[in-house]
Formats: sequence, structure tokens, C-alpha cells
Amino acid sequence: MQKNLTNNSLNNFFIELGGLTRFTLQFFRELFRPPYEHKEFLRQAYQVGLNTLPLISITAFIMGLVLTLQSKPVMAEFGAEYWLPGMVSVSIVREIGPVITALICAGKIGSGIGAELGSMRVTEQIDAMEVSGTNPIKYLVVTRVLATTFMIPILVFYADAISFYGSYLAVNLQDFLSLPLFLNLAFDPLHFNDLMPATIKTFFFGFAIGIIGCYKGYYAQNGTEGVGKAANSAVVISSLVIFIMDLIAVQLADLFNVFIR
Amino acid sequence: MSFENNISEPGENVIEINHLEKSFNGLTVLKDISLYLKRSENVVVLGKSGIGKSVLIKCIVGLIQPDSGSLKVFGKEVSEMNAKELNNLRTKVGFIFQGNALYDSMTVRENLEFPLRRNKILKDKKEIEGLIVDALENVGLLDAMDKMPAELSGGMKKRIGLARTLILKPEIILYDEPTTGLDPLTSKEISNLILKIQTKYKASSIVITHDLNCAKITSNRMLILQDGVFLAKGTFEELQNSDNEWVRSFFEMA
Repeated sequence: MQKNLTNNSLNNFFIELGGLTRFTLQFFRELFRPPYEHKEFLRQAYQVGLNTLPLISITAFIMGLVLTLQSKPVMAEFGAEYWLPGMVSVSIVREIGPVITALICAGKIGSGIGAELGSMRVTEQIDAMEVSGTNPIKYLVVTRVLATTFMIPILVFYADAISFYGSYLAVNLQDFLSLPLFLNLAFDPLHFNDLMPATIKTFFFGFAIGIIGCYKGYYAQNGTEGVGKAANSAVVISSLVIFIMDLIAVQLADLFNVFIR
Repeated sequence: MSFENNISEPGENVIEINHLEKSFNGLTVLKDISLYLKRSENVVVLGKSGIGKSVLIKCIVGLIQPDSGSLKVFGKEVSEMNAKELNNLRTKVGFIFQGNALYDSMTVRENLEFPLRRNKILKDKKEIEGLIVDALENVGLLDAMDKMPAELSGGMKKRIGLARTLILKPEIILYDEPTTGLDPLTSKEISNLILKIQTKYKASSIVITHDLNCAKITSNRMLILQDGVFLAKGTFEELQNSDNEWVRSFFEMA
């Protein structure tokens, strides 16, 4: 019985993987085929940015503040408080900023897309769109995936900036450090090979959030229960994929660093 | 057994279906379906819930691919159409969904504008506005133009769904359970509206229903679907007095 369960889980995993691959190929086929849905893309990009901005602002601010406060005693013990802004900025730009922002977006945007397309599927709105001469993959999927792919890197930059501000305030809670000096210390250890891989991976994070949310929503079944499942699995799968992508990105970035040295 | 095998003069038929079959995961839903629809004719397909009536009309607009058989709309095989031809066909074939399928995120006006803009039928704002007003007047809901679908009752949603379909002036309209979930009075109003549309637009229609009152009002001809085949055909009165006991019992139970 245990063996059967394992076989079923494996089967389901490969069926999902096959479905997602087919869906991704369909996305790329429709991406380059005119007509292009500029208006809907801009609307979606606006939605993605606007909907997540308050949440990202608060999280990023707390992230910078807490990271600085937690690291300060340890750094002080080694007499390295001077390096605190630099350490925080490298941590935020290379890792914490992109991953935390992507996870927030997976929760907020990925689940939203999964639920929206899922409810459109179960209430036959996607079918209605198709019979009124509109390609739903192009109109609903391509626009949403492009919006997440291009908006999440922007949101990551924004989150990094807010985190820096949080960190600056944390430093100034007990000591005094001017903003120009703080920024100087924060940016000094940052190099091109810190920024570039971190930025590139955010495009992939955005793509993963969009495509997985759309895939789960587009193929939702069984009424409202299916909508809930679509939203839930969109978040779970895209969060997992973000971590896996991050792991691969770190390895590739290390290779890149070795190569350019 | 299929009653509709002998298709009458081909030129007259807007839809011709021959020996259509469709299965889902090994379960055969449509076994041997043959059907024709003439111009300006209302055909009602009657049957119990969940026996594949909706599958039949979804095959007609290419939302579901049949496993075998021939399905021609305006003389062209649907399965052989490319994306452009299928889109052209869909502007001529309106589909009224069981759950209305109004776009939740759009107002009634935007719902009606959507098929016009997507098909680039009209670009002029005034012309679009004129068509929307006309369509809403036809279903008696002009004052609902700027409402969201969530603010409408079941009957109003049904009417808006009809208006959205009518705005493209389709030659064929496929109704999927048009009176499901409505009270008897609203059901009668919707049935009368279907009849009015047939007269006014000279549209041919297939009405999928299990509501006998709707069938009585709207049908020129009726087909009863049972176990994947058409069990009986005829007018409402003919079927009501059918020799087949199952058919008679269907009418008696209802």
C-alpha cells in the first residue's frame, strides 16, 4: 500500500511537471504572436505593483531594522560596528531582499492570480472569453506572467531601498551616523557581481510566480473548492520553486565569481 | 439508435452533426449523436442533468474536441478550422452559459463592450455605445449599464448574458440551461425572451434544458438525450404523447 501511495505521488508529480512544461511552452508560443495585449499588460503591472507595495514596504522596513539590531551586538563584540551597514547591505541585496520580496509576492500575487483565474475557470468566464474570439492564454496568462516577471525586480529594488532606510534608523537608535556616511559604508562593499546575479534571479522568481499561479488557476476544477486549492498550491509550489531557483542561482553566481576572478 | 441520421437538404442546415462521439476518462458521454439545425429554427435538447447536453453544444463552438464523427457549422467541419476560422465562427455563434459567465471584474457596459472591442467590429465610441444601449433595451435592463455583475439578481445576469451574446448579432445561439436556478416567473420571462430573439434576429438556436416549461415555450422541435443517444424526437405535444414509456414518464414526472 505504501508503495502504491509513493507511485501515485510520483505519477502526480510528473503529470504536474508535464502540464506545467506544456503550459510554459504555450506561453512562449503566444508571447511572440501578435496581437499584443499592451493595455492589459500595463493594467496587470499596475495591479501587481500597487497591491503589494504596502506589504513590501512594511516587511522590508522591519527586515532592515531587525537585521541591523540583531547583528549589532555581535559586530560590536568583534569591534566591527563600522562594517555593520556594509554587512547588512550585502545580505539584503544578495539574498534577503530578493528572496523575502519574492516570497511575499508568491503569497500575495501568486495566490491572487491562482484564485482569480480559478474562479474565472469554474464560472466559465474563460470559456466565455474563448467563444467571444479572445485567446485566454494571450489575454489572461501572457499579460499576468509578463507583469510579474518585470514588476518583481522593480519591487525588489524598492524593498532593498526601504530596508536600507530601516537599517539606517536602527543604527541611529543608539548611535549617530549621518545618512551620506551610512550610504557610503553600505554601498562600499557592494560590487557588480553582487548586484547582477541578484537582479537576474528576481526576473526568474517573477516568472515562476506568474506562470505557476496562472497554471494552477487556469486548470482549476471542482467549483469553489478547486479555486481554494488552486490559490493554495500556487503559493506552496511557487515558494518552493523560489528556494530551488535561489539555490541554483547561488551556485551559478559562485561559478561566475570564480570565473571573473 | 439515432433519430437524426437523415439530414435534410444540406444547404438549409446551419449545423450538421453526424455520429458524434465523446468520452471522458473512459466514460462515454455522447455515443452516436446526429443532429441538424435549420435557419431560424429553435431546437430543444432535453434530458436529465449530467448526461452530456452541455458537452454537445461546447463541441459546436470548439470548446471541447469530439473523439469521432462529423460536426459542420455553416458547412465547414469545426475540427478542421484553424484559429482564425474558429474565431470567425465564434462571432457568428453566440453561447449563453449556464452560470452566465459575466466577467466579474467588469461593469455591465464593459462586459458588453468586450466582444465588440476584441473582434474589432466597431472602433467608434458612439457606435459602440449605441449598440450597448440597443442590446440592453432588448433585454429590458438599460438602467443596469454601470452596475457590476455582483449587484445583479440571477434573472438580470441571465438577461445581461443574453445581451452580451446578442451584441454580435449571431446567426446561431446556443443556450446552456437558460432557466436553471431561476424562479418560475423569471424562467418564463427568459423563455419568452428566447422566443422574441428568434423572431427579431431570425437566429437559429439550440436550447439545452431540463425545464419542460422552457422547452414548451421555445421549441420548434425537440430531441431527448438519454445514455449518449437521442432517444426520441418531435414536437412538444408529440413527445408528451409518445409511445415510449420512458419519454412519457419524463414529462409526467416534470
